[in-house]
Amino acid sequence: MRTGMRQNANEAAGETLLRVRDLRTHFFTGSGVVKAVDGVSFDLARGGALGIVGESGSGKSVASNSIMRLLPKNGRIVDGSILFEGRDLVEVREKDMLKIRGQEISMIFQDPMTSLDPVFKIGDQVIEVLRAHRRLSNAEAWSEAVKALTMVGIPEPEKRMNSYPHEFSGGMRQRVFIAMAIACRPKLIIADEPTTALDVTVQAQVLDLLVDLQREMGTSVILVTHNLGVVWSLCGAVMVMYAGKTVEYATAKDLYRNPLHPYTWGLLNSMPRLGAGKEKGKEKPLAIIPGTPPDLRLTARNCNFHNRCAYRGDVCKEEVPPLIELEPGHFAACHFQTSGGRLTRKEA
Amino acid sequence: MPEVETAEPMLRVERLTKTFRIKSAALFAPPMELKAVNDVSFQVREGETLGIIGESGCGKSTLGKTLLRLIEPTSGRIFYRNRSLTELSRGEMKALRKELNIVSQDPYSSLDPRKTAGYLIEEPMTIHGIGTKKERKERVTELLNMVGLDYYHATRYPHEFSGGQRQRLNIARALAMNLKLIVCDEPVSALDVSVQAQVVNLLCDLKKKLKLTYIFISHDLSVVKYISDRIAIMYLGKIVELGDEAEIYAAPLHPYTEALFSAIPPESPFEEKRKIRLTGEVPSPMNLPRGCAFSTRCPRCEPRCREEVPELTGVGHEVACFLAPVQP
Repeated sequence: MRTGMRQNANEAAGETLLRVRDLRTHFFTGSGVVKAVDGVSFDLARGGALGIVGESGSGKSVASNSIMRLLPKNGRIVDGSILFEGRDLVEVREKDMLKIRGQEISMIFQDPMTSLDPVFKIGDQVIEVLRAHRRLSNAEAWSEAVKALTMVGIPEPEKRMNSYPHEFSGGMRQRVFIAMAIACRPKLIIADEPTTALDVTVQAQVLDLLVDLQREMGTSVILVTHNLGVVWSLCGAVMVMYAGKTVEYATAKDLYRNPLHPYTWGLLNSMPRLGAGKEKGKEKPLAIIPGTPPDLRLTARNCNFHNRCAYRGDVCKEEVPPLIELEPGHFAACHFQTSGGRLTRKEA
Repeated sequence: MPEVETAEPMLRVERLTKTFRIKSAALFAPPMELKAVNDVSFQVREGETLGIIGESGCGKSTLGKTLLRLIEPTSGRIFYRNRSLTELSRGEMKALRKELNIVSQDPYSSLDPRKTAGYLIEEPMTIHGIGTKKERKERVTELLNMVGLDYYHATRYPHEFSGGQRQRLNIARALAMNLKLIVCDEPVSALDVSVQAQVVNLLCDLKKKLKLTYIFISHDLSVVKYISDRIAIMYLGKIVELGDEAEIYAAPLHPYTEALFSAIPPESPFEEKRKIRLTGEVPSPMNLPRGCAFSTRCPRCEPRCREEVPELTGVGHEVACFLAPVQP
């Protein structure tokens, strides 16, 4: 094992592995500049897990792809820094980035059906990752791959090395993909909606697996999702994104107990709860956030949330609210929260 | 909540089965049989919402479509207000579709992209020959308002609407008739949380206003719990548990239901969930286990479970499991 991998998640909690500051990724399209990511900041501790939550189109996937520098031709990181172990990934040459991808940082995608190559045996696909980054003999690569498959809980891994992806179910394919992601023992795994395509019982299995791997290998995890429940089960910290910006960043417990941004309030309120008892015939309607997110070509002039916010004032239409640390480790970007006169959350 | 406790349920389903024949991969081998819906019986009372939960491939969507004869059942009977749907001719069935309808899952593929919203909402009325042209136009405006859209949306095309708005259009289309029963097949699964809440609220409002009855199919347990009065849990084409929403959530009787509930992600970072983890995944419906369908994954499986198929039994809270506690 390489240095730094052995550390226990708790011991290393203080050390920062990834520090993203004011990241801006824009897409240059025929109809204008789409500010898909426009001011994202967060820290991730070594061995920690961060959840990035937001609605579709909020830029959470673009933000995570920016860390890997996996952007289409018309997309560019225009500002900000991504410090990974002190090195700014925005500045790193493409050649060096190839070494980082898969070895230092790896990614798990949403769709286990399309992310594996259907014409190669899964063993070969796992070995490919290993041999791209490490000088291994055939036999070593084989045994490393078997080890990776064992770690993700695939029964009879030796035999399954020779299977093709279509012989696996959705949950099993996602396990294979996770095996590929951990094969080189990366320091950071970015999981982009890893369980969205899976059923609840299988989702629970995959989440348990991620928790175990994080504990055993001390790997940090960024989990991109729209499902807050998934975040609670895995992540110590949460960043809420809205229209390309970080609107709130805190530990999961603080965010749940004391959310500070009106958008986070709306998000928490609009989740139907199992625990909430209801009296027959008078169900409370679910709290909703009226309206729709703004056009990302027209943002960055004011608070992006002002047209949907129940608490808005004049200043919200005029200025962009800065992301400010309101309580130790708890950041939010809202004019009213930052100007001293605190808002209180209306009960849903 | 049932408005009136009538003796005769609105919809009664008896031993409904739908078998698909799938060609074998081998050239001359006989086709295989896939039992998507396997011997399902239940009732829906007037004015209630019956939630149907299950994982993908358990046959819940096939069940929804079979109920409206959008897929012809292989065997079994469906009674709607004491009329046997399975024996109606095509013409009679078409007439009855004014009262029965379906709202489907994908708001992106279920609307014709080349027709305006107004046309799409008017279409079912044109097909059934309801009203004059002018009356229909008025009704379109009324329906748009009913689902929270405006009259000027009628001239727009589907691509100009967001996912939530399209689902509203779909609902408006279903409501164009004098509707009594709607099968909602995962109506909010493709939507974001905040939009999902809007559509769920809309469905609840409409139900109250128009005295509708819903069959609400979903894999999202919290949404089903929120909207349903009674819940049916499906596994591999069978209903394994059926009962009052509150009762099932408080005290699930079937081991699959228990496992399903324990797999729901926690509601807060403080919640410690009791974990019952199922091993493996759902077996293929083409190759069902001989006994109880759940016996291959059941943590409490006994020899008997592998041999015999348990029936859905009980009064009020029904369960299909040999090991479930016997109810008084």
